Amino acid sequence: MVEEIINSHGIAEDKLVPILLDIQNSNDKHYLSEDDLKQVSRLLGIPESRVYSVATFYSFFSLQPRGKYIIQICDNAPCIVNGAYNVIDDFRHILGIDMGQTTPDGLFTLEYSSCLGCCSHAPAARISGELYGDLDSEKIKSILSDLRRR
Amino acid sequence: MSDLTVKRLTQRCGDIDPRDVSEYISTGGYKALVKALLTMKPQGVIDEVKASGLLGRGGAAFPTGLKMQMVHDTPGDVKYVVCNADEGEPGTFKDRYLMEGDPYQLVEGIILAGYAVGAQKGYIYIRGEYDRAIELMKNAVEQTRKIGYLGNNILKQHFNFDIEVRSGAGAYICGEEFALIESLEGKSGRPRYKPPYPPVSGLWDKPTLINNVETLANIPYIVSNGSKAFRSVGTDNSAGTKLICLSGNIANRGVFELPFGITLKDIIYDIGQGVPGERELKMIQIGGASGSCIPSDMLDVKLDFADMKKNGLSMGSGAIIAFDDSRCVIDIVKSLLKFFAHESCGKCTPCREGNPQLYNLIDDFSKGSATPSHYDVLQSLTQTMQQAALCGLGQSSPMPVVSTLLYFKDEYDMHINGRCPAGICSSTNGGEII
Repeated sequence: MVEEIINSHGIAEDKLVPILLDIQNSNDKHYLSEDDLKQVSRLLGIPESRVYSVATFYSFFSLQPRGKYIIQICDNAPCIVNGAYNVIDDFRHILGIDMGQTTPDGLFTLEYSSCLGCCSHAPAARISGELYGDLDSEKIKSILSDLRRR
Repeated sequence: MSDLTVKRLTQRCGDIDPRDVSEYISTGGYKALVKALLTMKPQGVIDEVKASGLLGRGGAAFPTGLKMQMVHDTPGDVKYVVCNADEGEPGTFKDRYLMEGDPYQLVEGIILAGYAVGAQKGYIYIRGEYDRAIELMKNAVEQTRKIGYLGNNILKQHFNFDIEVRSGAGAYICGEEFALIESLEGKSGRPRYKPPYPPVSGLWDKPTLINNVETLANIPYIVSNGSKAFRSVGTDNSAGTKLICLSGNIANRGVFELPFGITLKDIIYDIGQGVPGERELKMIQIGGASGSCIPSDMLDVKLDFADMKKNGLSMGSGAIIAFDDSRCVIDIVKSLLKFFAHESCGKCTPCREGNPQLYNLIDDFSKGSATPSHYDVLQSLTQTMQQAALCGLGQSSPMPVVSTLLYFKDEYDMHINGRCPAGICSSTNGGEII
């Protein structure tokens, strides 16, 4: 898989970030394993230390397995003044996990996110690449049950 | 919709199918590109941008024409145009609006900039959170390539140019120009020492024009209609329009294209329709997370680079976040500092160590454990960061602290005395910190 992704981008040092993004998105656990990083290092000819440095610099990358759906809740000022803390509490309460944790069934991970550019529909969250705005308890419940049914 | 708004950069947003290049063309799109390539020399394009008085819209307000001239004049066969679409400034969503509403206008702006400075390749670096904008920009580049406006010998001229869209991976610092360039090169996004600046030595140490989305999106209008038409809106020193993003405790949230010269009061009360509910406006933060926080009695300031500077403000990215009187200034500043402490890249000490320390000091106020000597520490720390940090992040992150100490000092004093007037910092009751 790693090899295929690298070939689709071409063997070029500057493609490191897009390659790591694709590798992470290609697996259900949305993370980069130690083996992934080693393979990328070998195939791109970049020292492991630098691959590791990049993989730990950007907040999108995770070196730990995560859930199928990653729920990123914005906690910047425009969302906070429109109720982001309630949104965070609702998600934590319903899923029974804390921020940064994954549900035992491996379905959901809760994360903070910086501004999603969705301030006109604050409070907002991004779930596996999709934006959800104007969140309230009812909407959060229905989003989660929709995702569970998928 | 308020009649104070202007439809220039946003004229097509919402009215055309952003996936369909023919809708862009049928509404005057790519007219500027044809005009420039067939009738203008690169220097002519630069002269027109210079005459327009266009200032960079990403926050620094550097004259765009001058920057283009520097890239143009720097010797070298290989040059780049980089579009900074890493719009991470909290409360800012204008670039997203432009990319999702009219992606071709940005593509056209980048091609024109490439023609002007003598570049062969352009990059659009879009923050990873903007999934839809990334998809639409990739499509716009592909469609434009299909009709021959990207590629080799564009319009049968000796001009080869192509664009690649790149996604960020969740790092606010990559909005800083050199951090973005480092990221494009496949590295961690940490700023470089300046000088040399990107027009002399940028991407892969080549001359690089790096501009914000909104800046580049202005170029087709300037080339099509001329600098005089461009200057017909705005003020003498701030020509054209500015996209303003209204968010927070404000009734009409969104992106609005406004002429320079109108007052902040008009923006908040006419366009934004004021604070919702029975609440009063307490404070606005202008320019993004590192912008100044000012009280509601300072709204006569004009949306104008010079007038704002005179009043110690910066337009920054064009974000205006409103806070009503139920909000605690200390709590807001604390949340901003948490953000900066998290987003600091760690390269320079003033920023890496300064932001967490600032956070701790403000946290003392919110816990009721601050003392009057905190003010001295805050002053010396904020000054150190402003003067010694390597890039704009660490230099400007103390701004919310500095500006609230100036305009909301009484609220800091109250917290020292164990009282949070908004009742937010207290753990148990209406305002007393236990």
